[in-house]
Amino acid sequence: MNVNISLRAISKLHVKQASNFLINGRRFISTSRILCQEPIKNKSKEKVSFPGATGSYFTNEIRFIQSIDPIPTYRVMDRQGKITDPSQDPQVSENFAVKIYKDMITLNILDLILYDAQRQGRISFYMTNFGEEACIGSAAGLDNEDMIFGQYREAGTLLYRGFTLDELMNQCYSNENDLGKGRQMPVHYGSKKLNFQTISSPLATQIPQASGAAYALKRAGNKNCVMCYFGEGAASEGDFHAALNIAATMKCPVIFFCRNNGFAISTPALEQYKGDGIASRGIGYGIDTIRVDGNDVWAIYNVTKAARKLAVEENRPVLIEALTYRIGHHSTSDDSSAYRPKKEVEDWKRLDNPLVRLRKWLEDKNWWNENFENEYRSSIRKEILTAFSKAEKLHKPSITELFNDVYDHPTPNIIAQRQKLKQLIEKYPNNYPLEKFKNKGKDL
Amino acid sequence: MQTSRFTLLYRNFANNIYSKPLSRNRFIHKAFFHATKKILQTSGAPAPAPAEGYLPGVAQSKFIKSTQEEALKNSELMNTGVANGETKKMNMFQAINDAMGIALTTDETAVIFGEDVAFGGVFRCTLGLAEMFGRDRVFNTPLSEQGIVGFGIGMAAVGHTAIAEIQFADYIFPAFDQLVNEAAKYRYRSGGLFNVGGLTVRSPCSAVGHGGHYHSQSPEAYFTHTPGLIVVMPRSPIQAKGLLLASIRDRNPVIFLEPKILYRAAVEEVPVGDYELPLGKAEILKSGKDVTVVGYGSQLYTLENAIKLAEKDIPGLSCELIDLRSLSPWDVDTVANSVNKTGRLVISHEAPQTSGFAAEVATSIMERCFLRLEAPIQRVCGLDTPFPLIFEKFYVPDMTKCYDAIKEVVNY
Repeated sequence: MNVNISLRAISKLHVKQASNFLINGRRFISTSRILCQEPIKNKSKEKVSFPGATGSYFTNEIRFIQSIDPIPTYRVMDRQGKITDPSQDPQVSENFAVKIYKDMITLNILDLILYDAQRQGRISFYMTNFGEEACIGSAAGLDNEDMIFGQYREAGTLLYRGFTLDELMNQCYSNENDLGKGRQMPVHYGSKKLNFQTISSPLATQIPQASGAAYALKRAGNKNCVMCYFGEGAASEGDFHAALNIAATMKCPVIFFCRNNGFAISTPALEQYKGDGIASRGIGYGIDTIRVDGNDVWAIYNVTKAARKLAVEENRPVLIEALTYRIGHHSTSDDSSAYRPKKEVEDWKRLDNPLVRLRKWLEDKNWWNENFENEYRSSIRKEILTAFSKAEKLHKPSITELFNDVYDHPTPNIIAQRQKLKQLIEKYPNNYPLEKFKNKGKDL
Repeated sequence: MQTSRFTLLYRNFANNIYSKPLSRNRFIHKAFFHATKKILQTSGAPAPAPAEGYLPGVAQSKFIKSTQEEALKNSELMNTGVANGETKKMNMFQAINDAMGIALTTDETAVIFGEDVAFGGVFRCTLGLAEMFGRDRVFNTPLSEQGIVGFGIGMAAVGHTAIAEIQFADYIFPAFDQLVNEAAKYRYRSGGLFNVGGLTVRSPCSAVGHGGHYHSQSPEAYFTHTPGLIVVMPRSPIQAKGLLLASIRDRNPVIFLEPKILYRAAVEEVPVGDYELPLGKAEILKSGKDVTVVGYGSQLYTLENAIKLAEKDIPGLSCELIDLRSLSPWDVDTVANSVNKTGRLVISHEAPQTSGFAAEVATSIMERCFLRLEAPIQRVCGLDTPFPLIFEKFYVPDMTKCYDAIKEVVNY
């Protein structure tokens, strides 16, 4: 394409400019002049040569662009678990497919148990993944060394990578074995071993971070990419804009994975944006973009694999918008019946359920049946409950952990404040729940 | 969005002045001012101050090391490899440039990025680095401060070294969330699994003579209120180089604020080797026994002159001047030891008074030195207004205000 040729010419010019730079210490990048010198091949399509133009042609027609064609939604299976186009069959092994299904069930049962646990006041907070379990397909499309930055509703990717039930429970219970040392709210998981950056509550902050991490991985040359998850609500934050723009300009190997589940707490997606979802924006940033059926685990898997290839082999950022439906409440602090009919939720759960879809697909292949289902459900339930009561019984972390890790070494102020707390709890031991904590505050 | 149209104009302006080689630039300036002066003299108007900001007294300051011998007569440099090494005359932007060149040479993962850094930066701090180290290590980002800091956090989170530039400290606020909620808490919230110790955010700060609201601010107190961040402000080229290298290599996120008025005004002999100055340590610039005077950044030169005047006017008076250098964590011990000796304290900074950093110093010293204080602690700060344009001379804690505060504590 002509644009490419002229861009190449410009990049050559940059090199020349760099040497000029040293001589006269000034910068000229006259992209417009160079483009002007190109012969005009077609008078009716004269190219725009302003430096900000990327490939525009002049027109004599006043035509405001209202929309582009809606971006289609890629799927592999229909709601009955039937492959709609054999060429798109993921061609996966039985073990692999069953593992994904088992992880989806595990996530589902975990959610049921921990949601109830919060309702009983045994943990302070919880967020379920109901309806979005197929997200696990995206983890399956990655290399385990690829770094993940998440929002908070991606526990499935951790399960897929091997996050143990104990690790998960320890985090929710803020006990002494929590990798995060009990400092963050439940569901704010993180694992260095599994290349999953610790979750934080501020929405969208992870998106430009993912771009930066991807740039670093590219420089390190180890052929890995970064996966970044966020919801359609978070995509309204300025950080989304910043991240996609910088990823495109700096050619960062990052996959932006938007879980568009229709709601940001109570705000329906159509009050979140007016354009064609999140996907249409990717194109505006010059990013390869695709929309996928978020309840179709194989569609997500195929798309992630293809995106990863683009990211790693060509250093191109990719935007994936997965359309799905948030079946559960936003969190345990939310009652979604206050803003959407219960029947709507029930219909989604019944008619378009990622678990049911994959189960039907597996059953068609004779890789799964009712017996397996019942057996696995009861055994995993037992495992989860064991991990649950084990985590509940453990002590909370040592109170010293309140003061560690603010900096690499505690500052004089922090040391003084720790000392002061130590004296205070020695003076008023009955005013604090010391016995719940490891070492009962004695190691402060 | 956050970068005003004025900034763009300012950038063009700065670009025009600074994009020329130094010697030529000086010549042009000289010629320009000479001609202007002539015209204005004939018209009876006074000659204007140089357009890029000008700080009286820096050139004459005793704290500026104008010979190699003076530069190396520094106990903190004794333990570094540069103790007997070469020095070179550098202004502050050159010293900062030198530090970044060393950082990139000694750390293959280190990169520098921000708005307009590739051609050398609007203040020339990154001059020549893109040519030397390649465009993948020194590059322009889109114009988005939250993007710049978020990007840097991401690089640091996977173990690389990110040196980000925010063009003016006034425009650091779009990145406030990334700095305060993310960078500062990254290690703590992950239980130490992850950290962004490799992140350094450099930004020009403070008054420049004509910067108005958005090219003059000193935002340090917003950040010293945030556990997890290190905040540093150097006062001279030697300081800037040593503290910046230490900041880049420190395993915590650092906000490195550079008083932009010193970029060209402060020129001294700077060791050419690789050296670091300690973070979290204050420096006693001048010993004294009657009043402790505390400041940081360009304010130290104002304080130096105020002290000189006060000591001249009050025979026998001797003031101790302390440069905090690091504001978070700050060196309470050095200040407290000094006040326990002198019994009087004056703190000065350009940022507004209410909830400014001086409030923290004053309270801590009151707690530590209550029985030794002989006068109320004085704060000489910017006023509790936005930083004004035409009223700058009345707004800043200038020599007169500082001099008066010293007299007040002595006569109390």
